[in-house]
Amino acid sequence: MIEIKNVRKSFGPIEVIKGVDLTIEKGEVLCLIGASGSGKSTLLQCINGLEPINGGQIVVDGVDVHGRKTDLNKLRQKLGIVFQQYNAFPHLTALENVALAPRIVKKASKADAMKLATEHLEYVGLSSRANMRPASLSGGQQQRLAIARALAMKPTYMLFDEVTSALDPELVGEVLDTMRKLKSAGMTMVVVTHDIAFARETGDRVAFFDRGTICEVGQSRQVINEPREERTRQFLQRVLN
Amino acid sequence: MKFQLPYSGLQWSDLPFLLTGIFHTILLTVVAAAIGTVIGIILGWLRESSVVARYILAIYVDMTRSVPLIIQFILVNSVFSLAGLALDPFVVGVIVLSLYMGVLTSELVRSGLQSVRPELKKASRSLGMNYWQELFHVSGPLALRTSFPSWVGTVIALAKDTSLVGVVGYVDILRATQILINRTNEALLMLGVTGLFYFLICYPISLYSRRLERTLQ
Repeated sequence: MIEIKNVRKSFGPIEVIKGVDLTIEKGEVLCLIGASGSGKSTLLQCINGLEPINGGQIVVDGVDVHGRKTDLNKLRQKLGIVFQQYNAFPHLTALENVALAPRIVKKASKADAMKLATEHLEYVGLSSRANMRPASLSGGQQQRLAIARALAMKPTYMLFDEVTSALDPELVGEVLDTMRKLKSAGMTMVVVTHDIAFARETGDRVAFFDRGTICEVGQSRQVINEPREERTRQFLQRVLN
Repeated sequence: MKFQLPYSGLQWSDLPFLLTGIFHTILLTVVAAAIGTVIGIILGWLRESSVVARYILAIYVDMTRSVPLIIQFILVNSVFSLAGLALDPFVVGVIVLSLYMGVLTSELVRSGLQSVRPELKKASRSLGMNYWQELFHVSGPLALRTSFPSWVGTVIALAKDTSLVGVVGYVDILRATQILINRTNEALLMLGVTGLFYFLICYPISLYSRRLERTLQ
């Protein structure tokens, strides 16, 4: 379980997250929607400890993410994250990209790491691209590679940060399919997205972010089809039209 | 048998002298490049990762870069002499050229590390890698790819800069040539041959680097 308690986060004088409370249960898919700059992506990076926070607390399976004594490197193995810009390692092949962290972080043998990487590439449908460098892959393939790379660490939670925003429209589907596949496998996911249809269909719950606060949170169909808050309604109208 | 070109005092016995000069040039280049590269990697990493180190090292970096090498040779030689330590000219050459190579390499290391997208570092850390794992497996190899061609250029320049070490009495190939010119008056021939030797030292480095660069890419 991920518990976000009254979290605050500032960049210099600008407060981007102004006291957010949220709980993500095991096995659920929570989608974070809202305008650009509303703090969704920052919150995701705070969950992973990639960004420090200025107030409140984030607890993952009983461990305080920003606690002084927390072994962040160990905790991060539980929290896979996939970024908007793929961030595949350009000097490694697809297979090596996936095998790297299991080998050096989990100290798996080279053979085990390669086997694990092969399995995960197959899972995201990239077996035929195993020996290619990221530069030779399409955006969608690179994003699936990034998903495989995160999954190879066997995380309990997967965080997706606008993973389809940088993709050509015809490549979005293959990435979303991979995410749907993960949901059916029971993976707990927090998904920052601008894809309202995906949030409605795949998300269990949706949280609407507005100017650093959560304006509305509820069952995905309810929030998107019958929003209770005026600001949610306005945002959805803008996005859907 | 005495070998003699028309109007020159060149002799076969001059050959070992010249070859020793070539050996000295190669030796000084290799040693200074090796030590300088190690210094440069550490320095470059320090300057990139710590603001304090950047300020502290600024004096050394700017001095070394701005003062002509020939003056550095004479200064280092004189300072040690005044302190009562008469250093071997080879050691003076190694000290000055290594420190110089260190500064130039540190610039390359820095720019290489800066060229790595911060998102890649973030992605590495998000997979549970610690700082050093990320540096050795992601940032380091990527920086190497960026900096390697310029580093080779620096080594070639260093090979040519060794010719200045003659001012403190080290007999490298150019100093040996100058000595022979004084005796034989064959300046054009001798300088032509010496120039060719420098080319023969530097060109293979350049060729090898191109091959290595292709492998790295």
